[in-house]
Amino acid sequence: MHPVLTTVVQRLGLGILTLFVVSFIIFASIELLPGDFGQAVLGQAATEETVAAFRKELGLDQPAYIRYFEWVGNVLQGDLGTSFSGRAASGVDRSRPVLELVAPRLENTLFLAGMTAAIAVPLALFLGITTALYRNSIYDRSVNAATLTTISFPEFFVAYILILFLASLNPIFPSLANIDATTEFWDRIYRTALPALTLTLVIVAHMMRMTRAAIINLLASPYIQMARLTGASQREVILKHALPNAWAPIATVIAFNLAYLVVGVVVVEVVFVYPGIGQLMVDSVTSRDIPVVQACALIFAITYILLNLIADVIGIITNPRLLHPK
Amino acid sequence: MRKSDFIKAQERRYQAGAIDRRQFITSVIGAGLAVPTALGLASSVEAATPNRGGLFRWGMGHGSTTDTLDSANSENGFTLANGYCFSNHLTEVDNTGQLVPELAESFESDDAKTWVFNLRKGVEFHNGKTMTSADVIASFQHHMGEESKSAAKGLLSAVESMTADGDNRVIFKLATANADFPFIVSDYHLSIRPSVDGVADYNSGIGTGGYILESFEPGVRSKLKRNPNYWKEGRAHFDEVELLSIIDVTARQNAIMNGDVDVIDRVDPKTVALLSRAPVLDIMELTGTLHYTFPMRLNVAPFDNYDLRMALKYAIKRQELVDKILLGHGALGNDHPISTANRFHNSALEQREFDAEKAAYHYKKSGHSGAIQLSTSDAAFAGAVDAAQLIAASAAEAGITVEVVREPKDGYWSNVWNKKGWSACYWGGRPTEDWMFSAAYTDDTEWNDTAWKDTEASTKFNAIVRDARAELDNTKRAEMYAECQRLLNDDGGTICPMFANYINAVSKKIGHDDKVAANWDTDGGKAAERWWFA
Repeated sequence: MHPVLTTVVQRLGLGILTLFVVSFIIFASIELLPGDFGQAVLGQAATEETVAAFRKELGLDQPAYIRYFEWVGNVLQGDLGTSFSGRAASGVDRSRPVLELVAPRLENTLFLAGMTAAIAVPLALFLGITTALYRNSIYDRSVNAATLTTISFPEFFVAYILILFLASLNPIFPSLANIDATTEFWDRIYRTALPALTLTLVIVAHMMRMTRAAIINLLASPYIQMARLTGASQREVILKHALPNAWAPIATVIAFNLAYLVVGVVVVEVVFVYPGIGQLMVDSVTSRDIPVVQACALIFAITYILLNLIADVIGIITNPRLLHPK
Repeated sequence: MRKSDFIKAQERRYQAGAIDRRQFITSVIGAGLAVPTALGLASSVEAATPNRGGLFRWGMGHGSTTDTLDSANSENGFTLANGYCFSNHLTEVDNTGQLVPELAESFESDDAKTWVFNLRKGVEFHNGKTMTSADVIASFQHHMGEESKSAAKGLLSAVESMTADGDNRVIFKLATANADFPFIVSDYHLSIRPSVDGVADYNSGIGTGGYILESFEPGVRSKLKRNPNYWKEGRAHFDEVELLSIIDVTARQNAIMNGDVDVIDRVDPKTVALLSRAPVLDIMELTGTLHYTFPMRLNVAPFDNYDLRMALKYAIKRQELVDKILLGHGALGNDHPISTANRFHNSALEQREFDAEKAAYHYKKSGHSGAIQLSTSDAAFAGAVDAAQLIAASAAEAGITVEVVREPKDGYWSNVWNKKGWSACYWGGRPTEDWMFSAAYTDDTEWNDTAWKDTEASTKFNAIVRDARAELDNTKRAEMYAECQRLLNDDGGTICPMFANYINAVSKKIGHDDKVAANWDTDGGKAAERWWFA
């Protein structure tokens, strides 16, 4: 078997193991959440008897380990369960399958993450390489200063600044990222422009700095000096000799930021009223809607594991020493 | 004809389209108006004339992923407004607060027990079916009976039978007389939907309303387009309507400022002054029925003592609470739950003010000593803890020690409210006096959070509420309900210091009637039906 393939299979196996551990942690931490779904949903009508009956109906009166194995078993069969909320005090059951709740939100989140990545990753790479190329020039310093400034501000602040300049004072983009399943592709891009820009400003510095650092780090190695002695230009040295060896750390940082785009953008979603998965998870935590929280947490864990796997594979493929281990 | 009458008449003709702008301006100049005045008048008449067309975007601080189209489950402002867009009811509360027939053409009763509703003829549902008495009966049955999970079930518990008299008349027989029954059928849960074989279809969102539902994403948005076949004249002026759930208040206010929506509800009282400076919008503020209370339970000492209750009622600075908790966006309460938005509000009742002397007098008379505990939490309403602190401070001025007990939010409604002697609470308010009283003040409701049942005044109160329910003469009812409010204000266990306002921000592009309903937020939840682009 090809060594890369072996690694992928090994990593996938490890990933599944990690998921099991994560599922246990998710379950345990939700157990630790204060409060009770019954009380949260029944509100003014929460008496001891109604809460007890409600807990029984939801199976919350079972011991934790039984609930854990039931949940894991169902997830393995592709059943994420049914949302708790929707079973209002009146006893009406209009709860929805978790999948139906999560799927459209996840789709929106992936769209926004994809769009941001399409802007941010090339931009970060370009800036990273050029700043390494013109190290310590005014260009380098100003790019560094600018990106570090945008990453230093909280997301909501960057978002409001963009709204102020690009929506309020100069009405170019809408301040509401109001999209639905029927929104056409280009219209969708137009409407999600501000959230995507906000996220770009927030993540570009990290990736760009890592690219720059990784390249500069290599510039001190003997083989780069050798390349220089052969008369290669600075551009050639960086693009042909340094960059291929720098891919591993860069890929790791990019993967980390992409994962962040999927799991950590709830603030941006709230500011732009973007129906993404982060908002869904926060709402569910507030209302103690455990099945939805668990499903979201699991999706987030899978995102991290997959993206890290891809980053590792890229690191291995681009590095001969890892590709052909002794 | 007097000059002003002539101008009024011309305005009406212009509004109705009988004359054009040029003719209108010439005629009023002819009547002696200066040219700029005439031009201004023409524009103002235009603004007040409903125009057809446009996409109306409504940003709402409500909405949840569990919302449905079944109005039996409707429990927030989003589903309420959505339902009002695509469906109608037998009656409606119009923009002036009056009850008017809607899908019913008229209604009548001789004894308040048998109610006859004559239905409008030829009204069609969005699927082309003509509405008949069978649909009305099936729709009401959806909310009745053992099986029903409708939130309006309790409202209809007195209905003994419904019979159809031909296609266009329904007769309701009630077990106990209720003069407010026509009001009850205007409740937003009781929308009329098409039926097949006696079962009303509450899931598809088909109604007789001014807008046809195109798509509905629970907790996100609802899209509707105008019903070209709408039976109601002079209503539903927009081509398309989009209801958007924007829970975050900053995002909502940004959206209206940037013109991404045309109206928002629930403006933050803290920033309303800043928002009102935005040139593109107007702030619309109305006092509704939402009120905050501090119920004292008469079955817990020392609140069983009339003088102690009176001492506390005099020890509260109501204006200060309105100014500091509602930041001025509210109205004074008078220790009873009936707001100025209700029909039979007792305006003759003297407004109770802070009076340290009277408070001290009653306190001394009560013979109580020691600290009085007031349980509070922001679960009751935003600012309830601060309000309790203010109460403690003003009571101290009258020599009464109030100890503020901060309770956990979790379980507030199960462990504190309706259990502890004195706590903080809110009531969304009810459209009729009888409804409000029977929700929280009569002796037969579980939610009687003051346990006001055994005093002489409460016995009298309960008897009057029961009599008033069966009374059809509105003058007599007004007197009866005035007496109820007086009894509550005097002997009752609740302290009701304030009514909170509905605060909306409305785009300047929007036109609406001078009078806007206050029975719910945003013109009674019917902005899409009543407003237009000026």
